[in-house]
Amino acid sequence: MRRLLRVLFAGSTLWALPVPGADLRIGRAAGVTSMDPHFLNIAPNINIAWHVFDALTHVDEDARLIPGLATSWRAVDPTTWEFRLRRGVHFHDGAELVAEDVVFSIERTLKVPNGQLGIFTRRIVAKEIVDPYTLRLKTATPYAMVPYDLNSVFIVSRKAAARSGPEDFDSGKAMIGTGPFRFARFARGDRVELARNDGYWGGKPAWEKVTFRIVPTDPARLAGLLSGELDAIEQVPTADLARIRRDARLQTAQKVSWRTIFFYLDQYRDRAPGLADQAGKPLARNPLRDLRVRRALSEAINRQAIAERLMDGAALPASNLVSPSVFGYAPDLKPEPYDPGDAKRLLAEAGYPDGFAMTLSATNNRYVNDEQIAQAVAQMLARVGVRARVEALPVNAYLPKGRKGEFAFAMFGWGSFSGDLALRALVATADPDKGFGAFNWSGYSNPRVDALLERAFASTDEKQREALAREAMRLAMRDYAVIPLHHQVATWAMKKALGYAPRTDEFTFAHHFRAQ
Amino acid sequence: MLSHIVHRVLQSFGVLAVMSLLVFAGVYAVGNPMDILVNPQSDQSEIARATAALGLDRPLFEQYFIFIGHAVTGDLGKSFAFNVPAIGLILERMPATLELATAAMLIAVLLGIPLGLWAGLKPRSAAGRTIMAGSVLGFSLPTFWVGLMLILVFSVWLGWLPTSGRGPTVNLLGIPVSFLTAEGLRHLALPAANLALFNLSLVIRLTRSGTREAIGQDYVRFARAKGLTETRIVGVHVLRNVLVPVVTVVGVEFGSVIAFAVVTESIFAWPGMGRLLIDSINVLDRPVIVAYLCLVVALFVAINLLVDLAYSWLDPRVRPGATR
Repeated sequence: MRRLLRVLFAGSTLWALPVPGADLRIGRAAGVTSMDPHFLNIAPNINIAWHVFDALTHVDEDARLIPGLATSWRAVDPTTWEFRLRRGVHFHDGAELVAEDVVFSIERTLKVPNGQLGIFTRRIVAKEIVDPYTLRLKTATPYAMVPYDLNSVFIVSRKAAARSGPEDFDSGKAMIGTGPFRFARFARGDRVELARNDGYWGGKPAWEKVTFRIVPTDPARLAGLLSGELDAIEQVPTADLARIRRDARLQTAQKVSWRTIFFYLDQYRDRAPGLADQAGKPLARNPLRDLRVRRALSEAINRQAIAERLMDGAALPASNLVSPSVFGYAPDLKPEPYDPGDAKRLLAEAGYPDGFAMTLSATNNRYVNDEQIAQAVAQMLARVGVRARVEALPVNAYLPKGRKGEFAFAMFGWGSFSGDLALRALVATADPDKGFGAFNWSGYSNPRVDALLERAFASTDEKQREALAREAMRLAMRDYAVIPLHHQVATWAMKKALGYAPRTDEFTFAHHFRAQ
Repeated sequence: MLSHIVHRVLQSFGVLAVMSLLVFAGVYAVGNPMDILVNPQSDQSEIARATAALGLDRPLFEQYFIFIGHAVTGDLGKSFAFNVPAIGLILERMPATLELATAAMLIAVLLGIPLGLWAGLKPRSAAGRTIMAGSVLGFSLPTFWVGLMLILVFSVWLGWLPTSGRGPTVNLLGIPVSFLTAEGLRHLALPAANLALFNLSLVIRLTRSGTREAIGQDYVRFARAKGLTETRIVGVHVLRNVLVPVVTVVGVEFGSVIAFAVVTESIFAWPGMGRLLIDSINVLDRPVIVAYLCLVVALFVAINLLVDLAYSWLDPRVRPGATR
């Protein structure tokens, strides 16, 4: 019995310091659903895919496009993009990467049953292999986003993936990529194990073996780090930041995330759901269609207080739909100063001296502290006379309702690696033929913004495109197409002996951890 | 007996049909899963394409009849989120949950019955009172909180046991189990204790009240008068009568523990099927939700059948064919 107890409680070896060449154990918040890199475009899956596979273009820590498997690319003419592949890159099975693998991968995104990556490749109408290391891709109309879209298309080995279904990726049979790690094991809901790819073109990773443990409960993930069982964790709850900083064995890494939290407001209907006067009678007209009201609501929100107190500093007040390092960010826009006096003046000027009542819709399990933020904003609005009733829903009930137009004033979050892409989805006039405004739940419509975006997507000159994207951002923000709140700050916590280059896109890359 | 079993099985098919329709309509009422799973970079036509590919653009009844049509051939559909058959997904996660639930019920029964007997035989002793006070705590403390406290004390402070996850598995008759390795047992200890707590308290209380009732009965007094040893009185005459309600409750609770171990599984990152259900509800992954609940219904039917059989072994009066 004593011996058994000793075996059971032999836990003293847990707090081992990570050294180069050793194992790295990372605690992740969300489970991976499939190993197939061409199935769903959801962060947990893509995060793992980036370890085993590469794409033609990569993005750096600031979400800017950098060379990946392609060393360079250029628009030969407005509808043709030429990519030059990196030479001497080998798949994990030893085969060399050639243009055929790229063509195969692009085509596979359109063939995977229920796959959702077709949006990134459907615009490519012709593929021409010039030589094994040069590829030309044609689009029907001038389209600047091909290099951006291809950042989402992982290059799989044609030999290994031909005739492979999702099960072959989950089992590892088809998990042959060029990435920094080889696939070792996938235990659904539990862990993903990876082994070092010694021949990685981007330099040999520091870790022999990497284990991603799926620990969805926040306190349990933190406990794993505190007990030494995990070397690093992601998505640290803001309430625990202070405690981790006090612990001499631990440290944190933070970065302004590309995820922007904002409120969208109904600007297209005369009568929007949840809007009423102070007595509860539905309003004759929709106050949110009045620019002065939208501005007043924005001025009534104390963004600094939310960022400092509610988010414990893990938020940056926002003025744009994309965060500062992202392409198309307009630096001349400043976060709205908190000015309840002016907000009241504007409301009175717009004909609402007594304010009005509305429903403030928000999620309660999607964004960091989402429900608390909604409550705080409701209180701030109350100070200028707008009585907001908070309705917080789990995301699975929230998003379908949002798409059906059941909210008039609602919280939303968006991550994008270019300003024009965010604007296209969120504020461009909804037009299924052009693919504009798929998530424009404000119903905002400004032909000038649409025209600028169209020109931006057709412009293969990056400088010109960024200028157009910024101009569109300024127009939409001055109209209060949406009310930006803040950019989340992503936090990782790890043992002191480790270092991590935190990423704007929130990905947790094992090969970017280093031993100090 | 055989007709009894056949009758039960037929009944369960009716339950399954009603349940699947309810779940189907319920998930449909919440919304389109594509709104959650969709690639945020998608445009309207891509969203429509993805919705149509899964048949989610059809009317509810058409979707349901398609599902039934496949279900009678044993195909419960492919998961929207995992892209593999739903039933396979559940069976893959089932051994972990069964292992956890069995361990928890073993703890509850093997500790609960002796403790309950003790508390029942010596209700006024210090030990008896302590046991009963403990069982009140076990009932009333929320599993979530107890789980976190267990982690804090045994993993973070003392460093004895791992915080979460399942240990290495070995195959036993083709089923991966973790309780055969020391590392596996270390991982199993905390979640099993956490999950056992409620049922442990329940078993203690049932056994105690059963014992209290039994020792006052004529047959016990008669046995005492006959001069039987205390061991034989408690071990045979008292225990056998106490066991009937305990078996009923443990049987029903075992089903619940399997089906709804989700809180414990979430805290301890145990890769069981309860967490799969929650993950699936979070993204409205209907094939998995429906398949899971069908399986749980089948499980409950089977367990209740076993409980019935156990009764007739314990209590001759309820045996079919016995004179009443």
